[in-house]
Order: sequence, then structure tokens, then C-alpha cells
Amino acid sequence: MKENMILELKNITVSFDGETVLDNLNLSIRDGEFVTFLGASGCGKTTTLRVIAGFITPDSGDVFFDGGRINDLPPYKRQVNTIFQRYALFPHLNVFDNVAFGLKVAGMKKEEIRPKVEEMLELVNMKAFAHRKIHTLSGGQQQRVAIARALVNSPRILLLDEPLAALDYKLRKDMQNELRRIQRATGITFIFVTHDQEEALSMSDTVVVMNEGKIQQIGSPTDIYNEPQNAFVADFIGESNIIDGVMLEDYKVRLDGRDFECLDKGFAPKEPVDVVIRPEDVDIVPLEKGKLEGEVTAITFKGDYYEMIVDVCGFKWMVQATDETKVGTKVGLIIEPDAIHIMKKSKYSGMFGDYSTFSDEMDQMDAEEEALEQMEESDNA
Amino acid sequence: MPESVNKGPSSSAPAGEKIRKTAKPKKKKAGTFGTALANTPFVVWSAAFIIIPLLFVLYYSFFDPEKGFSIEYIKVFFTEPMYMKAFGLSALYSVIATLISLVIAYPFAYFLSKVSPASQRLQMVLIMLPMWMNMLLRTYSWNQILQDNGLINKLLGVFGISSVHFLGTPGAVILGMVYNYLPYMILPIYTAMSKIDRPLLEASEDLGCNGFQKLRRVIFPLSLSGVISGVIMVFVPSISTFYISQKMSLGKVTLIGDIIEQQIKLHYAEGGLNRGAAMSLVLMIIILIATFIMNRFSDEDEGVLM
Repeated sequence: MKENMILELKNITVSFDGETVLDNLNLSIRDGEFVTFLGASGCGKTTTLRVIAGFITPDSGDVFFDGGRINDLPPYKRQVNTIFQRYALFPHLNVFDNVAFGLKVAGMKKEEIRPKVEEMLELVNMKAFAHRKIHTLSGGQQQRVAIARALVNSPRILLLDEPLAALDYKLRKDMQNELRRIQRATGITFIFVTHDQEEALSMSDTVVVMNEGKIQQIGSPTDIYNEPQNAFVADFIGESNIIDGVMLEDYKVRLDGRDFECLDKGFAPKEPVDVVIRPEDVDIVPLEKGKLEGEVTAITFKGDYYEMIVDVCGFKWMVQATDETKVGTKVGLIIEPDAIHIMKKSKYSGMFGDYSTFSDEMDQMDAEEEALEQMEESDNA
Repeated sequence: MPESVNKGPSSSAPAGEKIRKTAKPKKKKAGTFGTALANTPFVVWSAAFIIIPLLFVLYYSFFDPEKGFSIEYIKVFFTEPMYMKAFGLSALYSVIATLISLVIAYPFAYFLSKVSPASQRLQMVLIMLPMWMNMLLRTYSWNQILQDNGLINKLLGVFGISSVHFLGTPGAVILGMVYNYLPYMILPIYTAMSKIDRPLLEASEDLGCNGFQKLRRVIFPLSLSGVISGVIMVFVPSISTFYISQKMSLGKVTLIGDIIEQQIKLHYAEGGLNRGAAMSLVLMIIILIATFIMNRFSDEDEGVLM
């Protein structure tokens, strides 16, 4: 296990102007893996990437590459190449010379460079564009050139800093497949940074969920989705109802005053927990057949399903179903044991998982508006 | 001048172009008359102060009141050894002054573009400050400083070094040129350098460039447009100067600008005006050709004009 770790980050701490950006981060990456750093902007994912590339020297902690410490190795000596967010292609060079750049710098002979560059342009389907100027290319084409320019140097690790963020939806899908294909074909370790959870889940072998400079969870896409470790991860990856519960005993949890069977165990008796239930795992049934009772307060047509908000004792659940239920209908809800996932309480408990609003920002705005209204009322009075 | 500086090949022009392209059709109908009106002062100004004087130069180069049309005045520029010598000196001195300016300005602009924005602003002010004073005054000050009993020689005297003749040497003339025109070299290079995207520099490091390779393969090519602007902006006034050579060489070095001035000032009556005009015309054409050639070094599709 240990010997095929290509990169290890140990106790990495980075701060800018007294603000901690990476907080004692530990991470090991296996050779040949497709790893994604997933998180909102400001979570430290790009900083981690820049530490690996060598553009940032950590305040403390060590970076190991192939077992050797590389803290003090400058970027140009690392066997790592980066695909930058805005590609950073050289405007004074054409496509061919951009791709040839790294090889030329390394002092390779012209006749050796040509076939390598051509092979790379072939790999990214840009052979016909070899003599085009960079500014004549579309975003997707520039993206391909950036990939070729990095890969032609046969790096051990390829770093990708939100490379698809500037592309439109369909092209992004294509490039996701393309990147996955290239990664498999070359066997190079990819470290991919994104804030798009769908992108992370569909492309990676391993997803690293980050928030506030800390790793929240490391795991395969299915693990991350099915077994989130805390409310932050559950909320960030997909949609989740996160309800306060109490673990009565192994395989039995109480929420909203009802007891549910579940598949989780190993908690203390009467331990308060966070219960995650995905919207697609909640079934709507006639009122009398339901275990929980609620009222549909909103319904949105999503194409292949309806998204409903169901008010259960003041908590707004999100439920996805293929059948339409009119707003105002009282309904029953049932949940299968395997749809219930129990998490330990964390600092994120209570912050997420209620669908009164979709975003934290909206919560904030609502709260401010309420405060304002109250002030006005008291002014009037 | 700032406009000419901004025409680097690496500029973020595409975005600007797009905006302009989309904005144009809207304005088309209502704008034509308004645009013409707004342009009028400029057209009038160009005609009065650029076109008409040029026509005068052209006229006096070929016509004189007695003989009518003649290419005599143009011919004399190439046949009179004194003129050719003066022109040769002008070319030589201005090339040397341009090269020295470039050697000073390039590293200066490079480090300037790397320091903090506040420091950049301060240093820009310091570079511009002498230019708020008239050039003749600045040159005259150098004349005073370099006198045989001037400031520098007094200072040397303190160390027991006997008085050095600075004035009257080619070095003094070149010093005058470099001192006066250096800011015109620094500004465009600095502008071009500060426009280089930071990620491009990181990309070059990422692809294996050490400091020197980064300079050679990325920074230099991307600041070349600034270099060419700077070279033109120093070379052109240097080759045609006359005041600097007079004050710094005490009349010992005669440049083509001096000859033109003498012709017009001292020999006005005996065809000096015509010869002066003809020499100016030839000089202008030579500068135009030189500028054109230098532009070839820049990006093919985006030349830098003065």
C-alpha cells in the first residue's frame, strides 16, 4: 500500500495575512488515481493544488513526492504539470509551439519534439489546428491545447484547476469524458479541482471534500454520496434531508417522534445523531398509510421527476417523485431502512438539510428581511 | 502618447473588440452625424497643424520662387559631404543613445513591474517628474553641470582629480539624448510588461522554465511591442535633435538637425529654407522607413506605430 503512494501531504498549514487557508491537512494519493478536490470557493482546494505545484510554500508541514520531501523544490523542477483555470496559453506562440514549449525548455532536439507534439495533438483531436494562433481558438479548443501542453512533458501528476468551469454545459460533459479517457490512456495521476459535485462524482476514483481549509471526507464517489460523514458533506453532495434523531439502540432510530428501522449501529444508547435521507428515497403514500404526516407546500416540475417540499411538523423535507401531488395535499411519508443514513453530530449539525430555502445565502436574506420588518413594526408602534 | 504605448500584441484586445463590434450597429443610424461632428475639431486640428505644414515642407523641398520645380535641394542632401557626414553622425549617435536607453530601461521596467503597486506609482511619478520641466532647461542644466568648472568637476576636484572636459565630446551629446528620452523608453516597456498575465509566468515555470528561461521565452517576446515602441520613441527625436548637440558639444558636433536649423536660420535668403525643407523631408522618409522595418519585428498582424 505504502509504496505506490505518489504524493503525500503531511500536516500542511498555509495562511495568508493571518488567515488560515489550509489547516493541518493530511492526504495521500496513489499513483495512477483520478482524485478530485471538491469544495466551494475559498475552501482551500486551489491552495492545496498550488502547494503541490510548488507555487506556494506551506507555513508548516511536508510535501512528499515518491517518498522524497519536495518542500523546497521550485515548480520548474517538479515532475508535475498544471492545467490552469484560464488555460494560460502563450499568446505569442501558435498551437504547435505552445505544446512544444516544455520540451524546448528541456533542451530536446527539434526532430524529437515534432513527433511527440503531433502525437499529443492527435490525442486531444487538435492536429488540424497546429499552426493556428491561440486567440483564434474557441474555449474548448484552448482547453485541449492546454491539456496537450501539459501532458506532452509526461508528468507524473497532472494538476487541473477548475479546467471546465468556463465551458458551456454540453461541452463540459464531453470534456469530462475526454479527460477520463486521457487519464485511463496515459495512466497519469490526475488531481482535479472543482466546485461542481456532479463533475466530481462522475469523473473521479477518489473524491476529497473540503471546507474551511480542512478535509471533510475522502472516499469513492459512491461512499461520499451514500455514507456522508457529516452534515456538510451530506448537504454539499446532492440533496439531503438532514433531521435531528436519537439512536435508540442498534438498528433503531427515532425521528419526529416515530421509530424507524435502519442499518446503522455502534452508537451509544440515546445518542443524538444527524439522520440523512435523500429526497429520492422518501415515498409519498396516502395519509393513513404513512409513518410521517405532512403537507405539500411547493412542487416544481424537473423534467423526469417532480420535486416537492413537504412540511412535517415545521421541518421542510424535499421529496422527489414521478407523480404529481397538488400543493396543500396532506400526505403520508414512508422511508425504507436502507434509505436511512446515520451520522455523528458535528459542528455542522443543524446548519443544513432543511428545505425552507435552498441556499445559506437565502436563509441569511430571509433572516435580515425579518429583522428589518420587525424594526419597521416597532418604529410604527 | 499613451495610446501608442497600449498597442501591444498581447493586449486583451479580443474582449475590447467584441464590445466594440456589438456596440457599433446600434450607434450606426443616429451616430453618423454626431460622430462626424465630434470628429470635426480633430480633423481641423490635423489639417491646420499636420497636413498643411507637411504640404509646406513638400512645397519648399521642390519649388523656389526663381527656378520653379527642382530636385536640386533633395539631391544636395546626398551629394554634399558635410550633410552626409552630419546625417551619418546623427544616425550613429541616435542608435547608440537608443541602445543605451534600452539597456537601462529594460531591466528598470522589469523590476518596476514586479514591485508593489504603491511603489510602482511612486516610481512612475519620479520618472515623469523631470519631464514636467522644459527639455531645453534640462539640457541647459546638464550643460552647467558638466562645465569645466561645473558641479561634477568641482566634486572631482575634492578628490584631487583635475578638471575633465565633458562638454564637446560625443559622450556628452549621447548623455543628453539618453537623459532626455529615457522615459519614452521606460514607459512603453513597463506598460507591456505589466500587462503580461501572471498565470502565463506560472505556466512557464510549471513547464520547466528557470528565471532566465522565463525571461527569454515569455517575458521578452511578450514585451517586444513595448521595446519597439520605446526604440522608435527614442530614436526618432534623437536623430533629429539639434539643441542637445549644440548645448552638449558646444558646437563641435554637427548633427543633421543642426544643419537644418542653420540653413533656415542663417541662410534663409540664399535658398536655405528650401534646403532645410528638403533635408527635413528626406529625414522624415528615412525615419518612416526605419519605423516600418522595426514594426516588422513586432507581431505580424499588430504593428506598433508611433
